[in-house]
Amino acid sequence: MALTGIDIFKQLPKTNCGDCGVPTCLAFAMKIAAGQAELAGCPHLSEDAASALSEASAPPIRAVTIGVGDDAVKVGGELVLYRHEKTFFNPCVFAAVIDDGMDAATVDGLLKQTNESRFVRVEQDLKAGLVGVKSLSGDTAKFVALIEKVKAATTQPMVLMCGDPAEMEAGLKAAGETAPLIYAATAANYEAMAALALAHKAPLAVCGTGDLDALVDLVKKIMAAGVKDIVLDPGTRNPKDTLERLVYIRRAALNKKVKELGFPIIVFPNEETDDKMMEAVYAGLYVGKYGSVIMLSDLDAARALPLYVLRQNIYTDPQRPMQVKPGIYPIGNPTADSPVLITSNFSLTYFIVSGEVEASRVPAWLCVMDTEGLSVMTSWAAGKFVPEKIVPFIKGVGIEEQVKHRKLVIPGYLATMSGELEDELEGWNVEVGPREAADIPPFLKTWAS
Amino acid sequence: MEVKETYNGKIREATIGLGDTAVTVGGETSLPLYMFEGAAPNKPVIALEVYDTKPEDWPEAAIAPYADVLDDPVKWALKCQDEYKADMICLNLASTNPSTGDRNGADIAPIVKAVADAIKIPLIVYGTANADKDAEVMPKAAEACQGKRALIGPVEEENYKTVAAAALGFDHLAAPHSPIDVNIAKQLNILITQLGLAPERVIIDPTTGALGYGLEYCYSVMERLRLAAMTQNDSMTQMPMINQIGREVWKAKEVKTSEADEPAWGDAETRGVLWEALTATALIMAGSNILVMRHPKAVELTRQFVAALTGATN
Repeated sequence: MALTGIDIFKQLPKTNCGDCGVPTCLAFAMKIAAGQAELAGCPHLSEDAASALSEASAPPIRAVTIGVGDDAVKVGGELVLYRHEKTFFNPCVFAAVIDDGMDAATVDGLLKQTNESRFVRVEQDLKAGLVGVKSLSGDTAKFVALIEKVKAATTQPMVLMCGDPAEMEAGLKAAGETAPLIYAATAANYEAMAALALAHKAPLAVCGTGDLDALVDLVKKIMAAGVKDIVLDPGTRNPKDTLERLVYIRRAALNKKVKELGFPIIVFPNEETDDKMMEAVYAGLYVGKYGSVIMLSDLDAARALPLYVLRQNIYTDPQRPMQVKPGIYPIGNPTADSPVLITSNFSLTYFIVSGEVEASRVPAWLCVMDTEGLSVMTSWAAGKFVPEKIVPFIKGVGIEEQVKHRKLVIPGYLATMSGELEDELEGWNVEVGPREAADIPPFLKTWAS
Repeated sequence: MEVKETYNGKIREATIGLGDTAVTVGGETSLPLYMFEGAAPNKPVIALEVYDTKPEDWPEAAIAPYADVLDDPVKWALKCQDEYKADMICLNLASTNPSTGDRNGADIAPIVKAVADAIKIPLIVYGTANADKDAEVMPKAAEACQGKRALIGPVEEENYKTVAAAALGFDHLAAPHSPIDVNIAKQLNILITQLGLAPERVIIDPTTGALGYGLEYCYSVMERLRLAAMTQNDSMTQMPMINQIGREVWKAKEVKTSEADEPAWGDAETRGVLWEALTATALIMAGSNILVMRHPKAVELTRQFVAALTGATN
């Protein structure tokens, strides 16, 4: 939450002493607001003012990092209730929960999924992000053995799930200095869990009972103990109650500045139903509405892929459309006689056009031009999808080496530039394609070189 | 924790069909699914798709539930009604698309009439969103199901004078279709209500993007329409909304591709069903009232989701 210079000025001594190196308090405040000076530069700032200012300038929802190194994930840090207001910043993460009551084959299967559940889509690497390790048996040796096995098998950060602080301590030792998420502190064990979080420099999940006022009180005590990186579990285990708590928590943090609720949230669709399909549907609810760590019973590809794509959609910055890499995309093993189409590199345009070309079952070359992620009409209007840009692209992209013919199909909406393009694109004939992508299959089926 | 919102707006109620089996949608007094701070007297409903000609290029998982009825729209509609318990039927006049079948209004009117007469549940009739062609086809379709209080769509900016007028003239409802744009949605609502269609006869079609294929644009436009309806009491955004989910989802690459072709993507039916269910439930979260869907298993998941989120708990 950025403070204005005036907000800061109100907290300064207003003596214009100049000890900070700036002639007036107002000028100093403006410099802080602009990020050109530090609050600490004022030697006369009262303690109250300093804490008020540092609190006010803290983000309303803390960004919390789980894990260490390249595979660490950052969740939280959100600033809005609705993605169109700005964007949702730090994509939620998923985790399959492995417990110490499972047989070895089940554990191995879940570890394999954790490592192999990866998909590349629109040049983004989609994966779960975390792995849950849960103590069911109450046998510390089993829990420790499972943690050691998981740690050896995957670099994904862990969520250690155990209610007994002594067992958790053994688990944290086994996990080494990997900053796993500790799940969870409750009213009964929070002092010991908070101490473990501090000792192992690990984030701490706080599990409530469904009552948000009680959760606020509990978090307050844990913050007082010095724990800064907190993840909230409202404690509900049915989607209707969970949605309500998640909406209230996000609103309280953003609109009411309730700092005890200004943390990312962990949710458990795996505990809200026994049906894996419904589990995925509830997980989808939390992708859209305010879940940051989403616990699942497994990462079966047919269910994980749709969830990862939903996350990709929801966390796309509305101001910055997803782009695909410009270049030639061969669809269906095209030959030197296959049609050549050109379109924009707005990912949605690319997906729809390539999908229709594929559906036509006519092999084709799709040339995707860099239009800075703008759609066909928008990029044309912005002067980015015009003959001056298309000519060097077609001449340079290498398509002339791929096909014998020289016929270029342009989007139907750009029919008006076909003449000009044909004049400038030496050696090529320009054909006007369909206006709507859905009409591409019949168009291609009758296309002849 | 006092963080409840109060809203000054309300979604209009709209009723499709007549008599005992009429279906009412809308009436919400809060953001979608926020049962903790408002009422939702009518749950989101599901219309199953029926096509006027046997579809080509459907993946196996989508064909299987309808394999015995795909070439007979009446049998198909009855199967949706009786076996899959659809709340409504959406008859898609795909064969009128100029670049494929190009059948005209007179050709499809008997099909519309046969389906309308065969089913008890309410009917939605959709053209192909080709403005010129729909202007010719949809008045004939509207006439063919006169007396059924059907929902006629899509009404485009370019043909509203013909298509919305046909809905008005034959005593139906209309679905104005805007290209993922709040202002055009409002503008089109203004135009067709000025034509004489009551606002209670209007269902907004905001354009549907499937999961992975523009869902986020659709989601945010619908969320913005709902926020305008609830917090700004903006009358021309307070209509229920419809989403054409089935036809968008089942042409997605990740849904059409078999497990044999992409082993890493897992079972094709599970993937397709979930793709459709996640698209539907995300759009319910954004404010959808009528979900036009394809796979019975995705319908079942969506129904369970609605029941869990709107039912009594605690």
